[in-house]
This record gives sequence, C-alpha cells and structure tokens, in this order.
Amino acid sequence: MDNRIIGHVKRVNGPVIEASGITDAMMMELVRISEGRLIGEIVKLAGDTAVIQVYEDTTGIKPGDNVYGSGMPLSVELGPGLIGTIYDGIQRPLEELLEACGEFIEKGVTRPSLNRDKKWHFIPTEGLTPGSKIDSGFSLGTIVETARVTHKILVPPGVSGTIISISSEGDYTVENIAAEIETEKGPIAIKFFQRWPIRKPRPVKSRQPLSVPLITGQRVIDTLFPLAKGGTVAIPGGFGTGKTMTQHAVAKWCDADIIVYIGCGERGNEMTDVLTEFPKLVDPRTGTSLMERTILIANTSNMPVSAREASIYTGVTLAEYYRDQGYHVAIMADSTSRWAEALRELAGRMEEMPAEEGFPAYLPTRIAEFYERAGYMIVQDGSEGSVTIIGAVSPPGGDFSEPVTQHTKRFVRCFWGLDRQLANARHYPAISWLDSYSEYLNDVAEWWETTSGAPWLKNRAEIMELLQKEVRLQQVVKLVGPDALPDSQRFTIEVCTLFKNAFLQQNAFDDIDRYSSVEKQVRMLEIILIYARRGAEAIQRGVTVVKLRHMKIVQDIAKMKLSISNDDITGLDKLEVRLERAMDQLESIYE
Amino acid sequence: MNDISSIEKELLAGREYTGIHKIEGPLAYIKKTHPVGFQELVECVDREGNIRTGIVLDTSDDVVVVQIFEGTSGLTLPDTRMRFMGEPLSVGVSEAMLGRVFNGLGKPIDGGAAPPTEKLLNVNGRPINPTAREYPRDFIQTGVSIIDGMTTLIRGQKLPIFSGNGLPHNELAAQIARQAKITGDKSNFAVVFAAMGVKHDVARYFINSFEETGVIGNVALFLSLADDPSIERTITPRTALTLAEHLAFNKGMHVLVIMTDMTNYCESLREISTLRGEIPSRKGYPGYLYSDLAELYERSGMLKGFEGSITQLPILTMPNDDISHPVPDLSGYITEGQIVFERGMNARGIYPPVAGLPSLSRLMKDGIGEGMTRADHPHLSNQLFAAYSYVKDVRNLASVIGEEELTPLDHQYLEFGDFFEKEFVNQDSHEDRTIEQTLDIGWKALSKLPVEELHRVTEDEIEEYYDR
Ligand SMILES: Nc1ncnc2c1ncn2[C@@H]1O[C@H](COP(=O)(O)OP(=O)(O)O)[C@@H](O)[C@H]1O
Ligand SMILES: [Mg+2]
Repeated sequence: MDNRIIGHVKRVNGPVIEASGITDAMMMELVRISEGRLIGEIVKLAGDTAVIQVYEDTTGIKPGDNVYGSGMPLSVELGPGLIGTIYDGIQRPLEELLEACGEFIEKGVTRPSLNRDKKWHFIPTEGLTPGSKIDSGFSLGTIVETARVTHKILVPPGVSGTIISISSEGDYTVENIAAEIETEKGPIAIKFFQRWPIRKPRPVKSRQPLSVPLITGQRVIDTLFPLAKGGTVAIPGGFGTGKTMTQHAVAKWCDADIIVYIGCGERGNEMTDVLTEFPKLVDPRTGTSLMERTILIANTSNMPVSAREASIYTGVTLAEYYRDQGYHVAIMADSTSRWAEALRELAGRMEEMPAEEGFPAYLPTRIAEFYERAGYMIVQDGSEGSVTIIGAVSPPGGDFSEPVTQHTKRFVRCFWGLDRQLANARHYPAISWLDSYSEYLNDVAEWWETTSGAPWLKNRAEIMELLQKEVRLQQVVKLVGPDALPDSQRFTIEVCTLFKNAFLQQNAFDDIDRYSSVEKQVRMLEIILIYARRGAEAIQRGVTVVKLRHMKIVQDIAKMKLSISNDDITGLDKLEVRLERAMDQLESIYE
Repeated sequence: MNDISSIEKELLAGREYTGIHKIEGPLAYIKKTHPVGFQELVECVDREGNIRTGIVLDTSDDVVVVQIFEGTSGLTLPDTRMRFMGEPLSVGVSEAMLGRVFNGLGKPIDGGAAPPTEKLLNVNGRPINPTAREYPRDFIQTGVSIIDGMTTLIRGQKLPIFSGNGLPHNELAAQIARQAKITGDKSNFAVVFAAMGVKHDVARYFINSFEETGVIGNVALFLSLADDPSIERTITPRTALTLAEHLAFNKGMHVLVIMTDMTNYCESLREISTLRGEIPSRKGYPGYLYSDLAELYERSGMLKGFEGSITQLPILTMPNDDISHPVPDLSGYITEGQIVFERGMNARGIYPPVAGLPSLSRLMKDGIGEGMTRADHPHLSNQLFAAYSYVKDVRNLASVIGEEELTPLDHQYLEFGDFFEKEFVNQDSHEDRTIEQTLDIGWKALSKLPVEELHRVTEDEIEEYYDR
C-alpha cells in the first residue's frame, strides 16, 4: 500500500512541507513522506504544488524526498478494542509503540490502532438473516467490549441494502467479515471495524433539545452551573487554577457511559496519572473500573504539534462512534488553547495572514465546528445518544479577553470560569460563582425537581442571590470595616462563608468528598438554606450574629461534606432535625 | 531504508560548499546545494579554519538557512565553507563528564581533554511515551520549610523558581542542590547545571558552592555565559538534558538539573524568530515558544523499570516582576508547579522570599502524608495556605481602615501571618530543617489562631498538634 508517488518535497519548514510535481492528490489526503514514511496530510493544493502538514518530527527530510499518496483522508479505526486504550493524536496505540520502540517515541513507527489478533465474541442481532433489509447505523450484533460496554457492530453510514450473509455467533478478529450486504452499488463486505475521516462529523437522524443534566458529582457544577448531556462547556483559567483537576474529576465521576479524555498539548505525567489511577477507581454507578469506560488520547506538549491539532478531531470522532451505538459520551479536551496554538503555529509556517494575536482568521470557525459536534441526538437507528464536550481553555496571563477564550464563549453555552484568587486561597474547585454561568439551567430544572422532589431552581436562586448580595457587602466592609454593618447583613456574610466552606469547596483528594450524589447535594443546600432563613428570622427577634456563628451545629454543617457519605442520607436528615431544634432553642430564649 | 539512499547519504555527508549567499545575525543562507535535510548538522569553517557548529532551520531546493551557534561575527561571504554532515546535531555523553565544565555545545572549556564518549545522542532527544512514565511520588527533603511544607519537591518533578533581578534565587537553588535528600536513600546522584546568558560571577557562585560541599565531582556544568554568543543559549539546555537523560536512564542516577536563566534562553529564541520574519505572538515571542519550552521541561521524570530520575529546577527572572509575562506564564503552564519570589518579602529581610499563595507544587499531593512525610501534612499545608490567604485580606483591610478598627479575630490573623513569615518561611541559607521540624513550626503558627478557625484539619490532628 501507499506506494504511489504523487510528488516530491520542495521545502521543509518544521512540521510544514511544500511539495511540487503533484499529480493526482486530493485535499486532506493522508500522505507519507520519504522512505521513513512519516505521516502527513495535504492541507493546501495549488497547481502542481501542495502544502503538507506532517504529524511527526521532520528532522532529516530533504528536498527531493518522495511523497506517497494513500487515496484517503486522515481517518480513525472504529471497532471493539478502543475502550481502555491510550492513543496519540493520530490514533497510534501508545502501549504498542512502547513495545515497538521503547520508552522514547521514534518517528515513522506505526501500529494498527485496533489490535488485529485479538478475538472478540460476536452475537448477531436476532432476526437478521440473509434477505433481511438493513440500513446504515443499524446494529448487526454485539460484542462485550468491557464489563461496562457492550459494543454494537454498526452498518457504516451510507451503506444500506439486503443482507447476503451474516456471521454466526463466534469469535472473530476486527478484520473478519461481520456481514455482506447487497447495496445499490453492489455487494459490500462489512468488517468488525470501520474507518471514518476525523474532520467530518458522523451523520445522525436529528438533534434533540437538551433536558438531562450530566451529573458530575461536583457540587458547584451540578447545583450552580449545571451541564446538560449533549451540551458544551468551557473551563478557562490561568495555570494552576484547576482546569486539569476539574476535568479529571468530571471524567471520574460523571454519569456518562463513555469518557474520551484528550490530553492535548499538556503534561506527560498527567496522562500517566490517569493511566495509573483510573483502573483502580470504581464507578459508583456500575461498580466497574473507570478504565472500562475510558479512552485516552495523549498528545503531550512535547509531541509533534500537527498531531496535537488532529487530536481533538480524533477524540470527537471516537465519541461520535459510541454515540451512534446509543451511548452518552463525554469528552474532555485539555487544553483547547494548545490546539488553537497548534493551528497558529501551522498557519504561521504556511505564511498565512494572521488575525488577532497571530491566530489565523479561521480560528472562530474551527472552534465553532468542533463544539457543534456535541449534541443530544436521535442516531441513525432511532435510539438516543449524546456527545458532551468539556473544553479547557488556557488564556495567556490568565486574561479572559484573549481570542481563544472569547471565541469559545461564543460557541459554548456553559462557562466555568476559574478564579486565580480562589485558587491561591486553595478554595477548590476554584470555579467563580460570579463569572460562571450555565444556559442549561432551565433545561435541566425539571429533571432535578422530579428526581429530588425539592424546589431545586428556587433554592439555587436563593443562594445565588445571597452570594451576589455578599459581594456588595464585602465592598462596604473593605471601606469601613465589618463593624459598620448591621447584624442582619453580617449574617448574610456568615451564611455565604459557610456555604463556600461547606458546600462549594470540594476536596478532590478526599474519599468521601470527591463525589456528591444528587441527593446529598440537594440536602446539603437545604440545610444551609434552613440555617440562613431561620438565622435571619432569629436576628429579627434580637439574636446576635455572634450567637449564630458560635452555635455548635455550625461546625457540624461545615464538616457534613466530609463526615456524611453518599449512602448515608439519613445522616443529613438527622443533622437537619438537630439544626431545627437548635434554632428553636436559640429563639426560645428571645421569645 | 533502501540501499541507494544509504549509499547516497554516505556520498553526500560532509559535502562542502564555499561561499555564503547572505548573512543575517546568526543565520547564514546558502544557495545551490544538494538536497539538505531539515535540522541537519552543519560545520561552518571560517577564513582562519576555525570550525563553528550550525543546524539547518529551513531547507528547500532553492536556499538553505543555517543557524550558527557560535554566531556569525568574523564570517565572510565568499570564503566561508559550509559542510553539511548528513545527520542531526549530536553530543557525545558519558559519566566521565561529571566534574567537568563545557560550553553549550558540550565542548570542554576547563582546559582538560574531551572526556571519552559512551554514547552519541541527538541533542533534541525524543518525546517520552506517556505510557512509559512512572508517576513521581518520592518526597525530596530540601530542608527549606516553605518548600518542604507547602510546595513539596518530588523526585522527577520539574519545579521552577520564578524570581526577579536581584533576588536570591541562586542562593536558594544552591541550597536545594546542597541539602536535597530523599529520606533513607543514599543512591548515586548527579547535578547537571546549564547556564544561559548569566554572568561569570553567577557561574562562579555555583561552582564555589559545589566545591565547598565537596560534590563538584558529581556536577557537570554547561556554560553559555552573558558574553558568549546569544544563539548558543538555544542549544545549551538541550545538551545538558541529553547528558541528564544518559545519566538517569542509562546509568541509573538521580539527576538534578538546574537551568538558569530561562528568560535569557527565550530571548535568544525571540531573536532568531524575529530575524526570520516569523509572525510573533505575545511580546514578540514566537508562537511556538510553548512547544519549544515543553521540549525542554518535559525531559524530566521517571520511567517504569528504570532506576534513575531527572528532577528539574529551572530558574527564570520575571521581567518587571510580572508573572503574566510570556516566559513565566508559558513555563507555569508546562512545569509541575512553581516557587514564586516576592520582592516585598525580600525587602523585609525574609529568606527565601517565597510568596506562599502563588507558589504551588502539583505533585505534592501524592508524595506527602502518612508513610511519606507525616499524616497531618496534607491538611496542615492546606490550612496554612487558607489562613495565610486570609491574612493578605486582613492586611489590605488594615491599610484602608487602620489596624485599630480590626476585629480581635483579625488581629489574631495578623499575628499568625507575622509568625508564619518570620519563623516558618524565614530561615538561614545554611539551615537544614527536617520535615518534622518544618511541620511543627507550621502548627506553632496555627496555634496563634482560635481553634474554630481551623476548618481544614481534623479533630484528631488538633488534639495531637495544636497548642491550646
Ligand atoms: N478540586 C481540587 N481539590 C484539591 N486540589 C485541587 C483541586 N483543583 C486543583 N487543585 C490543586 O491545584 C493544582 C493545580 O490544578 P490543575 O488542575 O493541574 O491546574 P491547571 O490545569 O489549571 O493548570 C493541583 O495540583 C492541586 O494541587
Ligand atoms: Mg492543566
């Protein structure tokens, strides 16, 4: 394969190569360069010259080297064996590369993305026999991929017709034939895996409105700034404010079926961390290891920059493939800024006219296209599936006015802004309750209220109002000191401080606190609101703020997140009863 | 590889051309060459027959751009000879390089003969496969409280010092190099020191410090000083890290790499980028500065099944003490935390003048606590950070409304803050505290606060350590 010479190298400038004498090439075609067969992609064609973006280190490539065509666009392999695997940005399996070339990645080494020898147990869909009609997106049968994931072997998009033959139950490799289908264009053999170009969204039947939250177990997110399944969110923040930790926490505890985690231009050790930690962690909902639902894509900062550009498309394509099987998939891209910078670097090497801060003018279009691949869909066979995109943004200097943050904001509907001050004070997650927002609030309110039976939206509004009020009060305090405020206002500050410590702060390293169930979140908020409401009443009756602050129960409320586990909701009921009683007592003195 | 191309390579390697088309700063443009490889090593022979080293930055069938590390001063257009070596820039490395001094390209400059070569390695290294990494979790005791207690250094970490001109970053780096130990571990260690654009007396300071403690025999120095050609600085850290990788992963040593000053390194990159007319990103630095720095910083860590490790301690001076300047900013995005200096602390006579809040060690979470440092360490450091952060608020408030107007509680916080800075952070540059001492001082500081304020430590910890 790939032995067709379609041109020759003319110029090498880092990861960008100009080729001349081009015949018979297409835009976005996957090509190979020189005898080392480095992988590249044609990104520009003009006359008989082409510009090629190369996914590997181009050291040693010289003018005159051959360019080989492949006749196909840069694609990923989709089939059983993706889950639990770690890939680089162009879907090379890193564990196999380790075997092939050792600890340090060598260029020009490739291995098939899906293992060719492994056998999978296939059970055909009941009722499918030769002569059955079948459409694209329908399942030919299933394979148990991991304890958590049952993989459907789908008829690829665009293929439909009558089954000529279908494999019986048995063990097969991905290259075996699952079925043969007679189509309008003649018979087609469908293997247990398929290919799909990474830059092209996979087709669906229709888009659905969003109404189900993606529960993350992170209180500030779920309760204040919820994300919907099929939604999009950006997490911007300067270095060390907690982007990666937030992404990891969501990847670990959210209620998606499948996680695609993309380390795009970030640290090697962070991927190692995921690789060592995830297999040991147990999904609270299914009891299976977290690795049994996770795919990792690692194109770390020191790996080739072009592959970094490709990595997020690779990731979202894998996500769409599982969505098409009827799964809810969440993808984390850490960090989309590194992807944007890769675009900038490549554009610069191609001597394109820059727009803002050196970024190419098409940056916003590319960002929009990426986030548009999220959604809650009716997939081709009529079932539901979703892709939720959670993108970290790393603004230079932590300044949110820069182009990537600004453009991303235009295309996402949820924004978890990380705050340097909070991070410095070790208030984690450092998600600012003032800058963040979620446009999914009303979409998911019904789900919350039916699930929990609590007036969720109203409770949330109440605490948000207190937080807003506190900001203004703090401004006054900064000018004249706290003594100038009346007790009722000082109590508002007290409640907010308690809410921040007891509710918003969540320690990712604590075994109990790292994940809060829906019920625990609802009950915790209610307890704090009871303290706020009854405290305010008590002050009306003459109770002092000092008395309220020194109530013994306040210490217990402050520690409820750590002391009461998710399966012990009665612990919170008891706390609530004690709180009401303590308030009764306090008030009775002033009766 | 087919035979023809390898024969061709043999024939072409070392092919030489006389005459340069154009010189621009450290860049030489040569026309009408055979096909030259990207990043190929070039020997540039000047009129006197001296050989300079260069690499190919851009190659095409029309013109080849070569960057010359020793600079181009003294080169003439007609009679400079350019020899294309047909291979990438490599450096010969060996354990015998310890105890010696080299220039940025790895040539000895201490008067001694070139040490024997154990391996010839490409200076750019190759990216570590993330699956090959071992997640670092071994605590290194530096004897410096603010580091051990609050921004713990872990073996295999890359933890830079963000400093400013005139601040004692060299003292702190030397102190760490002197005192760093891993509890109960006496295995072989080495220091690789790379100086980029710093003054002679800085290099001298480090050499003296290594000599005094008798470790100089375990130190390899790569010096590209302020009066050396600025372009050499772009290769110096790469040469140094190539040796570090050899020592760590072929020789099983624990290597501490000190690189100073990364800001100078970045300025040299900017210089080349500007000359080539590349589209700049912020403050004129090239758009690939992040990737370039990552190529250096990511050459640290530990590998599964390997004995050794590379711990990096890069030093950079923040222009105008501005942490949002591209050099500290991009570094902070790549490194595993940062130790940030504050000029005000220095002015108040506190050494090391580490600003607690913006400093961070991302790897400490897995390297501290029971069985590693002490069980109360994670909560204690968390509580100290939280309390110290409140101190900053109170100080601001006091400067507006006056200290008299503060509540009694706020006064207690001020007292805590002063104690924390003067007793916990502040120490002598030769004082080597054990982790227990460090944590105990931390508790002494917390004991200045009422117990109800301590939300982040447990009852048991309070029982055991809090001084009522
Ligand atoms: N939820 C959290 N719980 C505890 N610590 C956290 C949390 N979020 C962040 N941190 C701390 O902050 C550090 C930096 O967080 P990280 O997510 O790596 O930042 P970023 O990706 O924004 O640079 C972590 O190493 C950890 O010490
Ligand atoms: Mg991060």
